[in-house]
Amino acid sequence: MIEIENVRKSFGPLEVLKGINLTVAKGEVLTVIGGSGSGKSTLLTCINGLEPIDSGRILVDGIEVHARTTDLNKLRQKIGIVFQQWNAFPHLTVLENVMLAQVKVLKRSKAEAEAEAVRQLNHVGLGDKLKVYPSKLSGGQQQRMAIARALAMSPDYMLLDEVTSALDPQLVGEVLDTLRMLASEGMTMICVTHEMKFAREVSDRVAFFHKGVMAEIAPPEELFGAPKDPELQKFLAATH
Amino acid sequence: MFNYNFRWNQALNSLPDMLQGALVTMEIAILSMVIGISVAIVLTLFRLSGNRILSAISATWVEIARNTPALFQIYMVHFGLGGFGVHLSPYLSLLIGIAFNNAGYLTENFRGALKAIPDTQTRAARSLGMSSIQAFQSVILPQMLRISFLPMTNQMVWAILMTSLGAVVAMNTDLYGVTSDLNARTFRTFELFAIAAVIFYVITKVITLSARLLAARLFRY
Ligand SMILES: Nc1ncnc2c1ncn2[C@@H]1O[C@H](COP(=O)(O)OP(=O)(O)OP(=O)(O)O)[C@@H](O)[C@H]1O
Ligand SMILES: [Mg+2]
Repeated sequence: MIEIENVRKSFGPLEVLKGINLTVAKGEVLTVIGGSGSGKSTLLTCINGLEPIDSGRILVDGIEVHARTTDLNKLRQKIGIVFQQWNAFPHLTVLENVMLAQVKVLKRSKAEAEAEAVRQLNHVGLGDKLKVYPSKLSGGQQQRMAIARALAMSPDYMLLDEVTSALDPQLVGEVLDTLRMLASEGMTMICVTHEMKFAREVSDRVAFFHKGVMAEIAPPEELFGAPKDPELQKFLAATH
Repeated sequence: MFNYNFRWNQALNSLPDMLQGALVTMEIAILSMVIGISVAIVLTLFRLSGNRILSAISATWVEIARNTPALFQIYMVHFGLGGFGVHLSPYLSLLIGIAFNNAGYLTENFRGALKAIPDTQTRAARSLGMSSIQAFQSVILPQMLRISFLPMTNQMVWAILMTSLGAVVAMNTDLYGVTSDLNARTFRTFELFAIAAVIFYVITKVITLSARLLAARLFRY
């Protein structure tokens, strides 16, 4: 379970998260939508402790992310995160990309790590690209590799930040299919996305962020069918 | 007025000695690079550490190495340290002097290379649970060394040429030292130094060419 309690976060004078309260249950798929600069990415990087917070707290399975005593490296093993772009390590092959942290962090043997990497890469449809360097992959393939790399750590949570937004339209489908598959397997996920159709279809709940505030959160039928927040109504009107 | 008689045979008889000197020159250059690269990595980490004192050490090293003559640097190792009672052999003084210079230039090259690596690489590594040291070692360092490969090759060539500065600390077993000793004994100045120049040239060419081959094998991405 991820519990976010009254989290505030500023970059200098700019308050980016203005008291966020949110709980994501095990097995839930939450999608986060909202305009540019509304704080969606910042929230994800706070959840895995890449960014410090100013007040409030975030608990992952009861462990407070920003507590001094928390072993972040250990906590991050539970939390897979895929960024918008530039995820791939360019000097390593696809296979090595997926093996690296398994060997270094989980201390798996090379053979174990390789077997798991091959399994995950097959899972996301990259079984024929093992020895290829990321520069030879399409954007969609790079994103799927990053998803496989995160999954190979056997995380309990996946945080996905607009993993399709840097892609050509014809590549979006393949990545969304991978996420649908994950959702159907019961992975707990927070997906920041601009794909409304996808959000409607896979989410248990959808959260709408506006200027650092979570203005509305509801199951997709409700949030898309009968949006209450005026900003959300505007946002949805603009994206259709 | 121009009555210098070329006597190549006599000079060529000295070739084995000069080649022996060339080996010493290469040995010093290679060792100075190994030390220089290692120290430069440490100095780069000092800079990244965010610690003021460590950053200052790193910055000062770079400033001195790049803005004073290499000859002074070698001289200071030998006679400067000598003033503090640390007496190093000419060989060690030359080696340390060149390594000092290498480390300074390479640290500066590494700094430039790091700028070319997006910080999302560290973020991606850290979010997989890697420690900052693991992230540096497995993700940043290999990319940094790749980007710096050409400057490192240039520095290696420069290290070979810098061995001739051993003259200021009475180094006499490297290529320049051997040549200069032979010259003092035989006065075949032009022949001896022409041969030495050719050997220097061949060594540096071989280095640049093999670096190019090595790069093609190492960096397939
Ligand atoms: N490291 C940073 N330093 C300073 N300001 C930042 C930093 N990261 C984000 N911001 C600012 O914080 C605000 C929220 O950024 P964030 O990336 O969370 O928005 P977002 O909702 O993900 O937007 P987008 O849809 O464009 O990705 C923006 O105004 C951004 O400029
Ligand atoms: Mg964002």
